Amino acid sequence: MMDGSKFDDALTGEQKIRNFNINFGPQHPAAHGVLRLVLELDGEVVERCDPHIGLLHRGTEKLMESRTYLQNLPYFDRLDYVAPMNQEHAWCLAIEKLTGVEVPRRASLIRVLYSEIGRILSHLLNVTTQAMDVGALTPPLWGFEEREKLMVFYERACGARLHAAYFRPGGVHLDLPDDLIDDIEQWCHEFPALLDDIDGLLTENRIFKQRNADIGVVTEDDIQLYGFSGVMVRGSGLAWDLRRSQPYECYDEFEFQIPVGKNGDCYDRYLVRMEEMRQSVSIMKQCVGKLREATGDVLARGKITPPSRTDMKTSMESLIHHFKLYTEGFHVPAGEVYCAVEAPKGEFGVYLVADGSNKPYRAKLRAPGYLHLQAMDYVSKGHQLADVAAIIGTMDVVFGEIDR
Amino acid sequence: MTEALNELGAYLEAKRTDCVLAWDVTHDELNVDVTPSNIVGFVEFLKADSTCKFSSLVDITAVDYPGRAKRFDVVYHFLSMYQNQRIRLRVSIREDQMVPSVTDVHPSANWFEREVFDMFGILFSGHPDLRRILTDYGFRGYPLRKDFPTTGYTEVRYDDMEKRVVYEPVSLVQEYRQFDFMSPWEGAEYILPGDEKEQEGA
Repeated sequence: MMDGSKFDDALTGEQKIRNFNINFGPQHPAAHGVLRLVLELDGEVVERCDPHIGLLHRGTEKLMESRTYLQNLPYFDRLDYVAPMNQEHAWCLAIEKLTGVEVPRRASLIRVLYSEIGRILSHLLNVTTQAMDVGALTPPLWGFEEREKLMVFYERACGARLHAAYFRPGGVHLDLPDDLIDDIEQWCHEFPALLDDIDGLLTENRIFKQRNADIGVVTEDDIQLYGFSGVMVRGSGLAWDLRRSQPYECYDEFEFQIPVGKNGDCYDRYLVRMEEMRQSVSIMKQCVGKLREATGDVLARGKITPPSRTDMKTSMESLIHHFKLYTEGFHVPAGEVYCAVEAPKGEFGVYLVADGSNKPYRAKLRAPGYLHLQAMDYVSKGHQLADVAAIIGTMDVVFGEIDR
Repeated sequence: MTEALNELGAYLEAKRTDCVLAWDVTHDELNVDVTPSNIVGFVEFLKADSTCKFSSLVDITAVDYPGRAKRFDVVYHFLSMYQNQRIRLRVSIREDQMVPSVTDVHPSANWFEREVFDMFGILFSGHPDLRRILTDYGFRGYPLRKDFPTTGYTEVRYDDMEKRVVYEPVSLVQEYRQFDFMSPWEGAEYILPGDEKEQEGA
């Protein structure tokens, strides 16, 4: 039947033309992970786009219900594995809000410093691989070199390059050594030069512009209807940033600008990400300066945090506390909170329902990419098939957080 | 912040007496309990009203309380980028009850409602496309219900003989480790070996 021998279903004159369905992914380099898109094409124009997600579903929320609060923390590294600490931050904030723990100043500064490192990690990956999706090969090679340096900073702070488990309820796990702070400052001075290089490769590049300008335009109404956050909002001219509008940690004492786009297309979002990296570097520099002055403990010593090593070795009560904390865990008073942070990809939130025991009764992880990908059908409609790759790239989807 | 939320809560209660069952401000967050039948109208009001302008849907999820007659709480989070405020709506429903879908007001609710259906088995009336979203094709059961075991019921492996992936009932080499951290002095009722003799003797 399919060998073309029979043509009796053709209409008079011209052949009847029918839409064409293709599978995009799950194994496609531009799918940024395990995304399966079922695309309905009219020629080369996308008519309908049905994302099939869940291929990386690990049941994180179910697993969290049977583990203690502290055991749940490393799950957050595995959500958006491009910027692990930003997710942990939301979890720590939620617990701290329920238990009413005040984070020491030095810990707060370290958190800001590493959140910004996470932001650069994420934006570097996104900007450069999105450029690769539209045809450039050099940017990812350059970008990954810098990412490597940043992950070394991760490693030097907590021992792990990716799955950090560094932010803890009540502060951060360990203090930073002075030479690490010096090295981070050194890096802050070198990094803008690389940004300029990437800038020079992409920003005025004719091909890059043709592939991105006027693609995937998002308006203010779309933002509200589809619940966008992060760069997807700022690319369209709304200066909405949780770090500024609902400050958490000590972001209110830092000076930084919120870059916004004008046209809301892929190109503007690229520009916003580039500028955000520069702003992050500036925040990191301020942070380094403040860290040199703020000496002190990095954990609010108390029920939810371990005692210091010396205490543990010399005091019986501390030893018992240490043992109980790492076996039974701490209890969180009953209640429900929603805590959100401005993760690199948008608003990452944790809705935590506690019942007074040592395990969360229910924890819902609100991933920004989930909503962005949902709008894929709307945004990609009427675009060419080749633009789908550019749109997926600009939405900054990571399946660790979408599938959870 | 709390003051503004208190004001907003009072305003909502006064404006929509038929929808608001109760409201409170805890941890600097405004919670409003809404009746299931009025949820769509209330969400529409929140979106359109100029003092609220909760035009951005942040999250929809559910919480399972197996002990209650109204087993599920469906929880909505909204954000107003214009007023810079957040609100949480709670709708309590029985297991056999349907919730009206808010996809007409907020298209972004589509996947959230699919996820809640997938994870809890709560049906949303008027949803355009209520399919499972995160679980496997052909998955059975509702994983986030409290009576669903963490290990699940089936496991998959690649069968070299049949040259395909096969589904099998879960077989655990070791029992799933669930520690009970309740202190024996408060809570958990332990039956120690030998305790049953007390009954026999009496």
